[in-house]
Amino acid sequence: MYYIDPHIHMVSRTTDDYETLARMGCVAMSEPAFWAGFDRGSVDGFRDYFRQLTEVEPRRAAQFGIQHFTWLCINAKEAENVELSREVIAMIPEFIKCQNVLGIGEIGLNKNTRNEATVFLEHLELAARLDQLILIHTPHLEDKFQGSRMILDMLQGDSRLKPERVLVDHVEEHTIRHVLDAGFWAGMTLYPITKCTPARAADMIEIYGTERLCVNSAGDWGPSKPTAVPDLIIELRRRDHGESAIRKIVYENPIKFFKQSSNFKFRAPTDE
Amino acid sequence: MSNRSVSQIVDREYLELRGKLLELAASFDRVDRASGASDPRLNLIRQGLGLLTDDKPEKALRLQQLFSREYSVNWRSELGV
Repeated sequence: MYYIDPHIHMVSRTTDDYETLARMGCVAMSEPAFWAGFDRGSVDGFRDYFRQLTEVEPRRAAQFGIQHFTWLCINAKEAENVELSREVIAMIPEFIKCQNVLGIGEIGLNKNTRNEATVFLEHLELAARLDQLILIHTPHLEDKFQGSRMILDMLQGDSRLKPERVLVDHVEEHTIRHVLDAGFWAGMTLYPITKCTPARAADMIEIYGTERLCVNSAGDWGPSKPTAVPDLIIELRRRDHGESAIRKIVYENPIKFFKQSSNFKFRAPTDE
Repeated sequence: MSNRSVSQIVDREYLELRGKLLELAASFDRVDRASGASDPRLNLIRQGLGLLTDDKPEKALRLQQLFSREYSVNWRSELGV
């Protein structure tokens, strides 16, 4: 089955991983800007990173027939440095017209602090001004519920932002209902320990259905598994879910969300 | 609601559940054998264990809530945002 991974950090993966993903049926992916495992010291560090996301990774993916899209921001961890964050936000318009940029992301909260909220709101202002899609990172573990509610409060506080143009990622059992009920898209991240397993994701699909729901691997530099989406496909098949329902989750839903961006020029695989 | 019967689910997950219980038991045995004062986080773990054996639904959701910080609708004024 062809699938799209809507949230995977390929800068952290080897070229062999691209080949494995292609063999597993991955035809497109989107890569949000994120924390590199260390705090970067200057805006030029981010400029180089944005070039990697908009120039280098699309070429690496294309070698294996995978279309690579991306999102730009300064992530929540580094948002504690408000001065640097503002420099990065001011630089984003330089890159927003690049062919593979879908919007602003992954913005959000980490420890739910004042500085993180301030920088999040300034990202929202940029997204609204440039009419961009938004990809949201929600915090992990004990911070997730509180941070997710704060994020929803800020999103709903800006009438310029349409819920159908926002994907809230890393939802789990205690946050998914809040996200979907407010009209946003929800993303489940399949990731050991801190996020969600394929079995629990399948449970949430059975409870909440397939509308406005996506699934991704994160596939970052942590103990993640870039082929986690095919793991969910297998789990759903073992539970006798139909192929059309599975395809909706792993292929059609990401397309439906992404195509709201004029930069999403997706070439679907054909038999010709 | 799942279309599968209880027996179908247990058929598939019985050994997995048994294995998870053994892992939990072994973790508590390690804590018992360890020295020093108790750790307050174990109280949360024990509350979680109790939740698993009550007769209420949505155990995964309630377990997540147990391990979550609370949300305040007044968070903006509390943080000064």
